[in-house]
Amino acid sequence: MPQYLISVWHDDTYETDFSTPDAQRRAAQVGAFNEELIKAGAWVFAAGLHPASSATVVRSSGGEVSMTDGPYAETKEQMGGFWVIETSDLDAALEWAGKAAAASGETIEVRPAHG
Amino acid sequence: MTSPLNEIFRREAGRCTATLIRVLGDIDLAEDAVAEAFAVAAEQWPKTGTPPNPGGWITTTARNRAIDWLRRESTRGERHLAAHRLRIDSMEPDHNPELDRLDDFVDIVADDQLRLMFLCAHPALAADAQVGLILRLLAGLSMSEIATAFLVPEATMAQRIVRAKRKLHDNHASYRVPGAGELPARLHAVLAAIYLIFTEGHTATSGQTLTRTDLSTEAIRLGRTLVELMPDEPEAIGLLALMLLSESRRAARVAADGTMVRLTDQDRTRWDRTLIGEGHELVRACLRRNQPGPFQIQAAVAAVHAAAPAAESTDWSQIVALYDQLCALRPSPVAALNRSVAIAELHGPTAGLDALAQIDPASLENYQPYHAARADLLARTGRRDEAVAGYDRAIELTTNSIERDFLARQRAAL
Repeated sequence: MPQYLISVWHDDTYETDFSTPDAQRRAAQVGAFNEELIKAGAWVFAAGLHPASSATVVRSSGGEVSMTDGPYAETKEQMGGFWVIETSDLDAALEWAGKAAAASGETIEVRPAHG
Repeated sequence: MTSPLNEIFRREAGRCTATLIRVLGDIDLAEDAVAEAFAVAAEQWPKTGTPPNPGGWITTTARNRAIDWLRRESTRGERHLAAHRLRIDSMEPDHNPELDRLDDFVDIVADDQLRLMFLCAHPALAADAQVGLILRLLAGLSMSEIATAFLVPEATMAQRIVRAKRKLHDNHASYRVPGAGELPARLHAVLAAIYLIFTEGHTATSGQTLTRTDLSTEAIRLGRTLVELMPDEPEAIGLLALMLLSESRRAARVAADGTMVRLTDQDRTRWDRTLIGEGHELVRACLRRNQPGPFQIQAAVAAVHAAAPAAESTDWSQIVALYDQLCALRPSPVAALNRSVAIAELHGPTAGLDALAQIDPASLENYQPYHAARADLLARTGRRDEAVAGYDRAIELTTNSIERDFLARQRAAL
């Protein structure tokens, strides 16, 4: 079955305060969404990410590995988390993505994996 | 070309391609096979005569060609239906890799064309890609014809269509008619894409000629096919009625000197009575069903215009009522704009401007008809300077030279 990356996008300036009632509510919704994915056999993997400012960029050139601070893309919008799901087709993936958008309250991108 | 073969091509290509996509599970392979079958027909039919069922002949020939190609491919690699790309709900031929079993699937199924319409107008595709795919796969237009119609370089159009096909393929888009739950939204996307083709033909968004008949004709043809395939969908009927009623005014929209003529000023004796008759019949059929939708309501507005023997006898109260209904059913800035214009006709330009003031101007900032309509109402209430500014903005936003000339004349008359 095809796999899709369902990623969550937002401004990277977001507050990582998970104690607010709103964040608590979203966390509960996302938890319920995860349960639904697992029950349907669509779950492969998922993770919420630390802010993009915590990222390190690593390159290899001529056997030399170099590192630089910061996310690869210098854009305001960054990926805040993702799911990898396995489902029958695009329409099913988009339906899951709609549920992910509702649960997280964020903008979602769907992208198919090779294979 | 208006040869008999060309006529058959226009009629059958979309249907054959739709079936071959289901049989082969691959858009490109289906297109190539159908093109090849028509090439064989062009060579054989002049000698043997046109077969009694040309569409069936083309489909079978295309299928056989594709099987030959796949056999050759499968001897090179191990891949039997290597090119099987789109998932097919009802047929599942990918669970059935015996190539000969393809015979079982080759019958032309009416649903194939529907499947293809829903695939081409998939909401994951941009509107211009949807339109390109529909014209390429369902209407059988060549890449250069589509590019010419949309006034973009052929390479641009080709890239757009190739990218759209690749997206559908990479995303494992299904070849199916959406289920009842998703049908209303998905059907609306199909209708909107067909209407976009029609409006592009009706008022070319750029270029020298105001109307591009071919696109409107194709859109109406697609609309008819859709109504045949979904006879119980009132919105499909509404779309066809709307297109026919708009099309009925084509001859009257452009004056002898090539300038644009407003609805109010059109010579109504030049309206096509046959199209109006058909459009009215469809609108009445919609009313009997009593499941109103945006296309049906817009068709009803067009029907009210068509029923008026002169501009002065237009039943504007009926039109305002219809726009009230449209704004309640599917609120949008454009619907609110049209409602305001109708209110101006019914209650005068000041009332129209009051209604316009209810719309957030930012939502229509780049919408030329908003500035043109507002400028007209401002001029009629004597607010000349504001009207001039409005026309300036409308002219700035117009890419069609004939429409631009019209607006410039309106502005000059102030």
